[in-house]
Amino acid sequence: MSTGLIEGKTARRRLPWGPMARMAGRRALFAAPVLLAVTFGVFAVADASPFDPVKAYTGTAGLTASQENLDQIRANLGVDQPLTTRWWNWLTAALTGDFGDSSVMRQPVADVIAERMGWSVLLAASAFLIAIVLGTALGVLAARRQGGWLDRCASAAAYTLEAAPAFWLGLLAIWFFALELGVLPAGGLTDTASDVITPGQVASHLVLPAAVLGISQLPWFFLYVRQGVADALDEDPVRGARARGLSETSVLLGHALRSGMLPMLTLIGSRVPELITGALLVETVFSWPGIAAATVEAATSVDFPLLAALTVLATTAVLLGNLLSDLLYGLADPRVGFDG
Amino acid sequence: MADTLWRSTGRTRRSTRTVRISFSAVTVAAVVLAVLIVPPLAQLDEQAVDLSKKLLPPSWEHPFGTDDVGRDLLLRCVYGLRISLLVGLVAALVATVVGTLVGAAAAAFGGWTDRIVMRLVDTFASVPHLLLGIFIVAMFRPGVWPVIASVALTHWLSTARIVRSEVLSLRSRPFVDAAISGGASRLRLTARHLLPSVLPQAGLAAVLMVPHAMWHESALSFLGLGLPTHQASLGNLVQSARSSLLAGDWWPTLFPGLFLIIPTLAIAGLAGAWRERINPRRRSELML
Repeated sequence: MSTGLIEGKTARRRLPWGPMARMAGRRALFAAPVLLAVTFGVFAVADASPFDPVKAYTGTAGLTASQENLDQIRANLGVDQPLTTRWWNWLTAALTGDFGDSSVMRQPVADVIAERMGWSVLLAASAFLIAIVLGTALGVLAARRQGGWLDRCASAAAYTLEAAPAFWLGLLAIWFFALELGVLPAGGLTDTASDVITPGQVASHLVLPAAVLGISQLPWFFLYVRQGVADALDEDPVRGARARGLSETSVLLGHALRSGMLPMLTLIGSRVPELITGALLVETVFSWPGIAAATVEAATSVDFPLLAALTVLATTAVLLGNLLSDLLYGLADPRVGFDG
Repeated sequence: MADTLWRSTGRTRRSTRTVRISFSAVTVAAVVLAVLIVPPLAQLDEQAVDLSKKLLPPSWEHPFGTDDVGRDLLLRCVYGLRISLLVGLVAALVATVVGTLVGAAAAAFGGWTDRIVMRLVDTFASVPHLLLGIFIVAMFRPGVWPVIASVALTHWLSTARIVRSEVLSLRSRPFVDAAISGGASRLRLTARHLLPSVLPQAGLAAVLMVPHAMWHESALSFLGLGLPTHQASLGNLVQSARSSLLAGDWWPTLFPGLFLIIPTLAIAGLAGAWRERINPRRRSELML
């Protein structure tokens, strides 16, 4: 950034692939024990809880089954083995892609995840896009006139939105857009009447959940861009640009926004936990067939194999997000480097 | 430096800031009074079902309207806030005590203890909070204590980090050297000199944690994984209002949400002012 003037735009910096790869490798080394600990923790919590895998497996049939049958199932499921053995068996099977069978979806856990992953990624990506575009636009406008009416209104709205639960926003959006105005569908992936998935149908069903998830993430992006641009407007590069007589637009977008957006861009990866939290609520409200909705279903019907796999999956996503965030930070600010 | 919402840079700012703080203080006081006084004084049964009055829109008699079995929503919301606030307070208290002890112990013992404890904190922080909460509640079945435990278990991490870094920075101060030269043991040093100095920071974290914990409880209850349905917490109220909402009646959904947002903003407003007082140089950050 600051060296741009000296090096000129023709001398593009090459990406430091080596240090970046080494950082990713170090993070993978750190991630392995974390994932081990999380999987063990998941098994330990289940072991300490009153949850009984045999009852969960047999369901209502377990009430009438004979004790012999129940004991047989218990042995088949390996429930009578100690905690560490069960954990180790699950772990070795998981490494080969076998996460067991989901009792609530009546299919292998790996299939559930593969079927639903795409819809969740679509929803999350659309929501992120909405949050970044809206947040950046509003943030720049608010920072331009700090203390002005737009800044005051947008900041107050951002703090209010940050306090508002995503499920509540989703329900009110359903009431207003689907019931009062009747312009958008209230939930699901396609109309109930149709059994084929067409892009047009998915798009119209995506609007509300993506908008609600995006708006619930918006305050964070807005407040960061606003702060970053406002700080940048006070600094020497902007003063220099103004002194050279550049137009206000070019100062704002070319100079202030470029450095003001950095903190936000580099922290995007660390927003993964909040995104997952939001998705858990929004997918449930809108009956979106993603993995977050499956997590809630698995939890309500105590489907341990599915819940365990999804917890590990979410942890992996968070770790990847942290890595992405650190890589971007090192790229954006060479002084930070890739030593973490 | 650019001004932020809670920072004063001049006369006009100071006045809006004072207004904001007084407004927050009045709101918090009103909330506390309402949840303490209304239930014993009103002598009304918030569970009283009156099917002749079901789903009445807001009116003078029922300012928030009535729900699908004719219960007054204002009364339900006050009771819901009472339960949510209680769960939030207990969870925040447990999380703060655990976080302060763990953070102080990690910093005081240092070395391998510190490394292992902080790695454990990192590991916990890698699981999204709500997901961990969902997992714990799913395994232990919904109820008051699993909810409190799951919220507390996901919230002590930030306090532990804050307290640890605060203790570490305090250790280089002269009064700590003086205490060590005076022959203070490690335990005495931590309990007598370090912990009292980190209490304001831990207290601030605790206050900010209450709305967060309430939010968590509501989310869990809304997903059907929180408090039992007969305990009308704010999340349960929104959950039970879903069928009415799909019939087009908005008030049973709107008001419980507002009862969550307004106390959150008020508590955050007060905590922001407090943070400026104990730590004036630090720029005030995002609220929650």
